[in-house]
Amino acid sequence: MDFAWPLLRQLTGGDRSGRGSAVKSARTAGLRARTAEADRVVKSVCPYCAVGCAQNVYVREGKVVQIEGDPDSPISRGRLCPKGAATLQLTTASERGDRALYRPPGAADWQEIDLATAMDMIADRIIATRRDTWEWDRDGMRVARTLGIASLGGATLDNEENYLIKKLLTALGVVQIENQARVCHSSTVVGLGTSFGRGGATTFLQDLQHSDCVVIQGSNFAEAHPVGFQWVMEAKARGAVIIHVDPRFTRTSALADLHVPIRAGSDVAFLGAIINHVLDNDLYFHDYVVAYTNAADILRQDYRDAEDLDGLFSGFNQESRLYDDETWQYEGAQIAPASGARDVDYARRVGHLPPGRVEVLGGTGLPLEGTPERDETLRHPRCVMQVLRRHFARYTPEMVERVCGVPRHLFEQVCRHLTENSGPDKTAEFVYAVGWTQHSDGSQFIRAASILQLLLGNIGRPGGGIQALRGHASIQGSSDVPTLFNLLPGYIPMPHAHENERLRDFLHADAPNKGCWAHMPAYMVSLLKAWWGESARADNDYRFGYLPRLTGSHSTYDTVLAQLDGTCKGYLLLGENPAVGSANTKMQRLGMAALDWLVVRDLNLIESATWWKDGPEIETGELRTADIATEVFFLPAACHTEKSGSFTNTNRLLQWHHQAVEPAGDARSDLWFMYHLGRIIREKLAGSRDPMDAPVLELTWDYPVEGELAEPSSEAVLAEINGWDEHGPLSGAGELKDDGSTVCGCWIYCGVYADGVNRAARRRQGSEQDWIAAEWGWAWPANRRLLYNRASARPDGSPWSERKKLVWWDADASVWTGYDVPDFEAGKSPSYRPPPDATGTAALSGTDPFIMQADGKGWLFAPSGVVDGPLPTHYEPQDSPVANPLYGQQRNPARKLYPHEHNRYQPSGDEPGASVYPYAVTTYRLTEHFTAGGMSRRTPYLAELQPEMFCEVSPALAAERGLVHGDWATIITARNAIEARVMVTDRIPSLRLDGRVLHQIGLPFHFGPNGLATGDAANELAAISLDPNSHIQEVKALSADIRPGRRPRGPALPELVRAYRRRAGVDERTGTEV
Amino acid sequence: MREQPVPGRVGFFTDTSICIGCKACEVACKEWNAVPQGGLDFTGMSYDNTAGLGADTWRHVAFIEQRRPLGHQEPGVGDMDFRWLMASDVCKHCTHAACLDVCPTGSLFRTEYGTVVVQEDVCNGCGYCVPACPFGVIGKRESSGVAAKCTMCYDRLGAGQEPACAKTCPTDSIQFGDLDELRERAQRRLEQVREAGATSARLYGHDPGDGVGGTGAFFLLLDEPEVYGLPPDPVVTTRDLPSMWRHVGVAALGLLAGMAAVAWRRR
Repeated sequence: MDFAWPLLRQLTGGDRSGRGSAVKSARTAGLRARTAEADRVVKSVCPYCAVGCAQNVYVREGKVVQIEGDPDSPISRGRLCPKGAATLQLTTASERGDRALYRPPGAADWQEIDLATAMDMIADRIIATRRDTWEWDRDGMRVARTLGIASLGGATLDNEENYLIKKLLTALGVVQIENQARVCHSSTVVGLGTSFGRGGATTFLQDLQHSDCVVIQGSNFAEAHPVGFQWVMEAKARGAVIIHVDPRFTRTSALADLHVPIRAGSDVAFLGAIINHVLDNDLYFHDYVVAYTNAADILRQDYRDAEDLDGLFSGFNQESRLYDDETWQYEGAQIAPASGARDVDYARRVGHLPPGRVEVLGGTGLPLEGTPERDETLRHPRCVMQVLRRHFARYTPEMVERVCGVPRHLFEQVCRHLTENSGPDKTAEFVYAVGWTQHSDGSQFIRAASILQLLLGNIGRPGGGIQALRGHASIQGSSDVPTLFNLLPGYIPMPHAHENERLRDFLHADAPNKGCWAHMPAYMVSLLKAWWGESARADNDYRFGYLPRLTGSHSTYDTVLAQLDGTCKGYLLLGENPAVGSANTKMQRLGMAALDWLVVRDLNLIESATWWKDGPEIETGELRTADIATEVFFLPAACHTEKSGSFTNTNRLLQWHHQAVEPAGDARSDLWFMYHLGRIIREKLAGSRDPMDAPVLELTWDYPVEGELAEPSSEAVLAEINGWDEHGPLSGAGELKDDGSTVCGCWIYCGVYADGVNRAARRRQGSEQDWIAAEWGWAWPANRRLLYNRASARPDGSPWSERKKLVWWDADASVWTGYDVPDFEAGKSPSYRPPPDATGTAALSGTDPFIMQADGKGWLFAPSGVVDGPLPTHYEPQDSPVANPLYGQQRNPARKLYPHEHNRYQPSGDEPGASVYPYAVTTYRLTEHFTAGGMSRRTPYLAELQPEMFCEVSPALAAERGLVHGDWATIITARNAIEARVMVTDRIPSLRLDGRVLHQIGLPFHFGPNGLATGDAANELAAISLDPNSHIQEVKALSADIRPGRRPRGPALPELVRAYRRRAGVDERTGTEV
Repeated sequence: MREQPVPGRVGFFTDTSICIGCKACEVACKEWNAVPQGGLDFTGMSYDNTAGLGADTWRHVAFIEQRRPLGHQEPGVGDMDFRWLMASDVCKHCTHAACLDVCPTGSLFRTEYGTVVVQEDVCNGCGYCVPACPFGVIGKRESSGVAAKCTMCYDRLGAGQEPACAKTCPTDSIQFGDLDELRERAQRRLEQVREAGATSARLYGHDPGDGVGGTGAFFLLLDEPEVYGLPPDPVVTTRDLPSMWRHVGVAALGLLAGMAAVAWRRR
């Protein structure tokens, strides 16, 4: 009997104390989990970092009611970090605007605008700007392009969206197409690509569990990729040693066995010294190194090392500040890189010099073929191994103390752990992120780790490899299907302007004869067919001429300069916030203030959308709203639950997220935006006979649309990316042809839609599979999860050890087999030796595991492709409080500088005035926020966890400068000054180096003035000084001063910065020496 | 009347030795339970800006920076020892829960899972439970005027789902399950952690013989409980209630007897 009154229940029921069921209210009894009550559960992927955690989106009555981890995922196992856990709030309850807004020139505020009107106006502006700024020729060479329009953003978007951005804008002749990959991981593509053949992480997160030693350096793994970090904890639980090398003791260090504090920006010296230790003590994996790397290759006689030229290599031109890499080549062969700078040798390869490039001393068109001379005893004085020994000889433990501030005993421990845990029976793994990439020689940081891992035999083997942790949901995808100026889909280089260039010249110059890249003609022609369809024929070079041409760099930083000088007039921001996230944020805003028009598509009103009314320069008086003539459009974007598409995670894994609900109001996907923008432009241009319009009008642009919003089908775009021939969808890049019979939008993604099945959407439960989990999503290339895995077996095809077996040669079946998809031709016997005239992959032997490389080898020495040196060399950051102890050459001689009134560089080391900026600064992420804050600072549950900008300083620095914990400090560079709350902590130790104490300042880079969690942006302080390979900015190591108190307001702020410059003697030449 | 532990009781085992301080538990808890944002204050207490458990923070991660060694860890921070401890705190769901004892309305109740839950619709906001909690867990929410704290996701348990914090925890630092099984697991883990050199590691709240009869949410700590802001020897604040009542009874009887004696004399 159930009585309504609790007292009666208490007296008559079993709960006499009245503390249990007797007092349960009707409401409590009626409580149901909303996850259990949902109408449907939609499978999705977290939109924040690139770990790619799977999500279940619970929908009830057309509304998303809950988002949580999907336990089926083999990567995340149902877990989410605070950002992932906040996606319900991000998508449904943060300050997302859902109305299109328009700001006319000079206006003080926004006005609402009809979405269709806004689209029409944007199309008109693109057409007009394109007409006004069109360039057929530059310096006598055909370019067929506009520098009047630029776009930025794509790493937070789907692959399909990136594909349409690149396709439409390229057809419009826009070359300044960029995304977050430029400012985050472009150095990765160069570093890993030239070393191993592909520019992506060599392994996958779950494989960390098999590592015997994990070295995390240049990454704050636990904080920036918390769910991926579970695999480090698995490794630790299995007995692996966890080492964290970082300027700060972070949440990653807290869980490591060993934390090595290092001076920001000195990692090449540290890694170089480990390389030296390995070589000096003969601790390298001899059989692996001889068979699988270029250690035995012999270099030309005229090669000169940094050892000979005090920090320079042979071929450097002091005037142009460029290297000619001819002397870096192997004896007897000219080789093209699989990645990096592939065009620099164009002249030499096709046999003539482009005008304006006389600095690149031309040869006479050396053939790409030729067999390098090798000495497998590794004794020849000019073999790579000996060159390596000589190059790294000065990288000693003493030097590590002097350069890095790392005590000898700590350094030796790292060497010991690493070498004891490498070999046939053990493997060690390196993990890095933007702590390595964002330097003026960032690509060389990754090259250094690549050399070390090759020497230790850790590439291509379980528990080994180099894990590049990327930080946006699809930043790998926006590199693969690139919204990057220098690449076409699948890492085909974007053509540079050359005289009378035909498709065959381009292919001849940029494709090697051997290795997988020898098939580039098939990849390229299939891409041109995907874009220009019927119009692309053999007799018109498959419309190769429709591709706009590059002349030098058109990176996002070059675009900012182009905005300031009036060349670039229109700008599309697609989910990126450069007013906070890019180096020298003032330059970013001033560049935007010089535009005719700006389109911002984002979830909410980020700083890059509102700088004209409330940006820092309005406060200082440097800009006046009424004077800013830029027209600004704000178009609200759909979030990941409101559209379908694929993200590519940090391990090249494509995962499909399904639409759960329709976007509200004017919010639309970027697929919708690009498709309809292209449609409207094509309608407006219809009938035009102007040859500049032909690439747009002949573009294949007929995607099916669905639903009330006329959303284009993302699956149709994926099908095009995958490619087809007359028989239907292709199942792999091996089927691509160079005769125009195949269509493929991105050759490395060929196979994701094999048999018409969306393999990115595969979700076979992780617990039902082995750790490879081959049936969860689809990874490029060819669903391989661990790259170069041929190297997990001995040259004869048997595993190096039982403990570390992965793929092996099954002699009975004459086939490669194992746990992963072999990264090798399945039937190629280990005993295969290529005939002398072989080309393509057939030219690689049965023991060449790096099939993308023209010689099949891992490159200890990069004879081509890395423009600032064939071997990593320690240079100081552009602005450094330290004089380079290793060489007379202070900075990277080939670095890219952009001297400008607002981008002044500082004196370094012993130079006069350097002591005005005496402290090393590094910037970083916090777990609680995301990049430039657009997806976290307006989300209340995240904002409260880290509500304000702060700076981390050591107790010693606090004492030296009178900084008070919890109070304010002002940090000043030659670019700008910011304020931050002071956090005095032992976690950012002051270092002892070269007889002095060096203090470091830590700055999280997420904050900006808009939203709930606010503060000055750390990037106000950074200069635009770039890695010449990747055009990435140096924001992980700079120098600054710090003083107590808040920064001045109004015009006094720029005056403070100028006063510092005067004191340091900064002028337009400072820091610009070679 | 002392409560007896519920058979099949569930709980949390929070293993702070693998906590990375990401605060996913705080967010997942708030998302599921629609707990309001607790304010935007920079506290300067390491990376802790939510400051402590309360009506608007049902999971709270403490950050403790110490100049002490952690097991065999080599921290490399200057010449000193250093460690950074992180721990996610939560309502203990005590075996003997004072909040429950003092609640005059029956808003707080013991569920069929052995957890202690506030019923918003019953609570009258008297606030007796707030000082009664020996851990300072429960608070009164300003916006609604009623008491609020962790429910161990009572509604999710009903659907066979684990609490939101345990589900989201990236390193499995927060584990949910059958309390007896968790206690055994925790004991094994403690031995491992101690073997790894963390000799100051200990379990907290696992002992049914402690002052609250053991907690439904217990912890593996790497240092003294005080370091994490936890009471070293928590005692159910209503422990003495029965004896107090006995004393009151005796006193009342005595008083009655005295009054009777006086009345008798007057007669």
